[in-house]
Amino acid sequence: MSERRVRIATLVAALAVAILLPFFFEPFRNNQFSLVLAYSVAVLGLNLLVGYNGQISLGHGFFFALGAYTSALLIAKESVPYLLTVPAAGVVAFAAGFVFGVPALRLRGLYLALVTLSLAVVAPQLIKRWGSLTEGTQGLTVNQPTAPGGIGLANDQYIYLLTLAIAAVMFLLAWNLVRGQTGRSIMAIRDNEISAKAMGINIARVKTRVFAVSAGYAGVAGALYVFTVGFVAPESFTVTLSLGLLAAIVVGGLGSVTGAVFGALFIEFVPVWAGDVNQALTGFVYGAVLIAFMFVLPGGMASLGKRIKRIRKRPAKQDTRPERTERTTAREGLT
Amino acid sequence: MRGKIITLAVVALALVAAGCGRSSSDSGSGSSSPGITSKQVTLGGSYPFSGPASAYRTIAEGAKAYFDQVNAKGGVNGRKIKFVTLDDAYEPPRAVQNARKLIQQDKVFALFNTLGTANNVAIMKSVNQQKVPQLFVATGGSIFGSNVKQFPYTTGWQPDYVTEAKVYVDYLKKQKPNAKVAVLYQNDAFGKDLLAGFQNAAKGSNIKVIAKQSYEATDPTISSQMAKLKSSGADTFLDITTPKFSAQAIVAVAKLGWHPLHILNNVGASKALVLKPAGLKNAQGIVSTTYYKDPEDPKWANDAAMKDYKSGLKKSSPKADPNDPFHVYGWGAAETMTDALKRMKKPTRASLMEAVRSTNEKVAILLPGIDVKLDGTSDGFPIEAMQIQKFQGQSWKLQGQVVQAPH
Amino acid sequence: MAEFVQVVVDGVATGSIYGALALALVLIFRSTSVVNFAQGEMAMFSTFVAWGIHQAGVPLGLALLGAFAFSFAAGAIIERVVIRPFEGGEPLTLVIVTLGLFLLINSAAGWIWGFNNRSFPSAFPDSSVTIVGARLDVESLGIVAVLIVVVGLLYLLFQRTGIGLAMRAAALNPDASRLVGVRVGRMLMLGWGLAALLGALAGVLVAPQLFLDPNLMGGVLVYSFAAAALGGFDSAIGAVVGGWIIGVSENVAGTYVNFIGADLKILVPLGIIFVVLLVKPSGLFGSPEVARA
Repeated sequence: MSERRVRIATLVAALAVAILLPFFFEPFRNNQFSLVLAYSVAVLGLNLLVGYNGQISLGHGFFFALGAYTSALLIAKESVPYLLTVPAAGVVAFAAGFVFGVPALRLRGLYLALVTLSLAVVAPQLIKRWGSLTEGTQGLTVNQPTAPGGIGLANDQYIYLLTLAIAAVMFLLAWNLVRGQTGRSIMAIRDNEISAKAMGINIARVKTRVFAVSAGYAGVAGALYVFTVGFVAPESFTVTLSLGLLAAIVVGGLGSVTGAVFGALFIEFVPVWAGDVNQALTGFVYGAVLIAFMFVLPGGMASLGKRIKRIRKRPAKQDTRPERTERTTAREGLT
Repeated sequence: MRGKIITLAVVALALVAAGCGRSSSDSGSGSSSPGITSKQVTLGGSYPFSGPASAYRTIAEGAKAYFDQVNAKGGVNGRKIKFVTLDDAYEPPRAVQNARKLIQQDKVFALFNTLGTANNVAIMKSVNQQKVPQLFVATGGSIFGSNVKQFPYTTGWQPDYVTEAKVYVDYLKKQKPNAKVAVLYQNDAFGKDLLAGFQNAAKGSNIKVIAKQSYEATDPTISSQMAKLKSSGADTFLDITTPKFSAQAIVAVAKLGWHPLHILNNVGASKALVLKPAGLKNAQGIVSTTYYKDPEDPKWANDAAMKDYKSGLKKSSPKADPNDPFHVYGWGAAETMTDALKRMKKPTRASLMEAVRSTNEKVAILLPGIDVKLDGTSDGFPIEAMQIQKFQGQSWKLQGQVVQAPH
Repeated sequence: MAEFVQVVVDGVATGSIYGALALALVLIFRSTSVVNFAQGEMAMFSTFVAWGIHQAGVPLGLALLGAFAFSFAAGAIIERVVIRPFEGGEPLTLVIVTLGLFLLINSAAGWIWGFNNRSFPSAFPDSSVTIVGARLDVESLGIVAVLIVVVGLLYLLFQRTGIGLAMRAAALNPDASRLVGVRVGRMLMLGWGLAALLGALAGVLVAPQLFLDPNLMGGVLVYSFAAAALGGFDSAIGAVVGGWIIGVSENVAGTYVNFIGADLKILVPLGIIFVVLLVKPSGLFGSPEVARA
């Protein structure tokens, strides 16, 4: 089979699995899967920024929260049809990302990471401060989408499939973006900003747009989160969320579109599983699994295939040290 | 490319392993509800076993100790109580998922004592729609008792923060009718509820709030807030804080050489967790409220309920510190729960709610004179009385009578 | 005037708490190029060790020395066992590994010592002095003094000793350092060990004020990151000054600018950082980054 055909076959199979999934699981599992899809959209957006463009953000929880509150307030207070709140959440977060992306241009690596981290830190306080709008500390309960009658779907299945459809669109858009000329410019900046400039790429324009698009993805994810959880509160969007998203892109694989789904699965299910292993040592188990996973697959889930191939090629001489990834730019960005 | 297929296969396998097919389950129709048989009743709760609020995890331990004791004596009406607890790390989305999991997978009969205001609000609407009881939640948010008609399946347990605030105002009216009050409060539902309750109750009196400072539960220190409160010239300090910040506030008052009447809210009033670390010499004269017997008060050393609690906790979790008041709290809430199960006429959720809504109980670990009472839709607050206590010498000393502060 | 001085002095006292941990962050960054999210939790754990030794009846001074020795060894071991396999790889992978360490250490401490507050004895006398009408705790003065001494020692170490030069070289360019005979592995272990020791120092300095529990450093870490960034991530003096600027600015703004209030006072130092970084992208005292084509 040609590579292209394998890829299409894989994609169709994956989509089929994803569509059939909700018919085999309990509603609460489907809710978890929906949440995984929501997170995966945010992870994908963050990956566009970090993995493809080499800018680091520790503050995407802020844009996620912005999208979630946009959607929740439109549904609860303005009775806007919930589907329309998805683009609204995306646009609001996109705009915020654009505004923030302009000054962020000046910052690199660690310093950008810190400034974005501060966004994540102030998000809950801002939500509380504007309590008259956001219902503040009490939180805001939102009616979840309900399945239209006559299509034979339960609510959890409907929400899942709805989320899946939107997530699929977001993934297709991302694929398109990174494969085209824009994608090459985005990655050229990551790999070497000075040469990218020499090639005539408008660095400032590309970078701010990637930041905005990435924030927009987080916003859409926030709206999808509202569909599944049905509740927003300041405590829902703490620094933990932003750091979790970052962990997810690394676990899934930097610069990998499909890795986003695995990263999202990881941050959703591993903490829960860790609690089942030993309630008193939840964090210990989660932390240990995270470190062990990075040890086995430092390139993230997306590098698994590569690794298997390599092991098969030279089964005798196995390198126990995690592989050194080809890219070194992000490191330079950090030092 | 084969790598990608393998990756996908692994993911798919993991998914299948995570659950095992959708079964068409009917919930709650017929004569009995899910989670209850003639031999066993299953309860479930979501607690912060990890994350920033981990200190409260001991509430679950206390409750479990009480249920263990009930089970050792043969259970309630022949039913053993199974108490399933899940970790939510104090994050609402995880509490939502935990509630769903407890109801659908663990098939709990009722949710019991889930912790945190936001976490309980997050699940309140949905569990009421499903008619699953959400009982004796571990928070003093007044929202869980003020709206019985809309949320008939939800109840609190402890005196809510508004009740507590009223008791302080009552005390001030008698002791310091012209009090100028400076308030430190945690910037969340708990702090705002208590502060608002205090300001409402003080309306029309000469008690004035002249300065307010908030802090975030994630802040490292409250020292700058304390300096500002002192400089306000207030003669009374209302301290609405959780244990770590209560201890910091007590030390700050002493260091600043400030001598206000220090009113410390119940959450932060533990001798073991707060006053001892802050130094007992700094704690002299602090006023607070309580509603359960203090395990460190020698007065209760020979009290039957206290002995029962201490031996029960030791048997259930040998490492647990009996002086941790959150253990007492969980123990008392579990006793209320057990009482409701005892009075339930039929093994259904509806019948459980009937029993809960007509609770009129004396919980042995609570102070004499404090009853747990609910009355249909007219009274949704189980405990509405507290007693003022003052720290003197080595322990809290109860002051005056129990103050009834119904809504 | 006296009130203003008091507000500034209080800000410096709080800022010193941020600066103490920021020093450890800076040290580890200078000597290994790692941003260590677990630094605060390591400091917390070390503080618990000091507490445990002291609790067993050992005098405070000896207990602190014991905890410092433990921290140095533990830091070096963590580098060798957990961090080394990731050297030279994707830096973000390493960031995630330190996040994993954060969770792991926090949970382990809670499991061993519980989540309740404990008092931690101060090495300084419990009294205060009055300067220009402002009251200042001897404890805070002591912390400021310790920080200044540490900054001096770090300066001597990195600028005046061969080992400091070797540490900087190992962090900056491991391959070239190996070629000129620097034992890079040893230097990295030394860097982690020293940073853990500094963290332990930060922990025992701030624990008497903040009370010891597994979340001792959770809230401090973000401020310390901010302090380090403001000062320039590779400058020790920058970390301390950065901490002070943050402590003072949030206190002044929280006091005199009414609409900001205690809940959003953190925005002020963050705003300052933002502006400073826009003007000077590598912090107040940091060395500028060299871009290579």
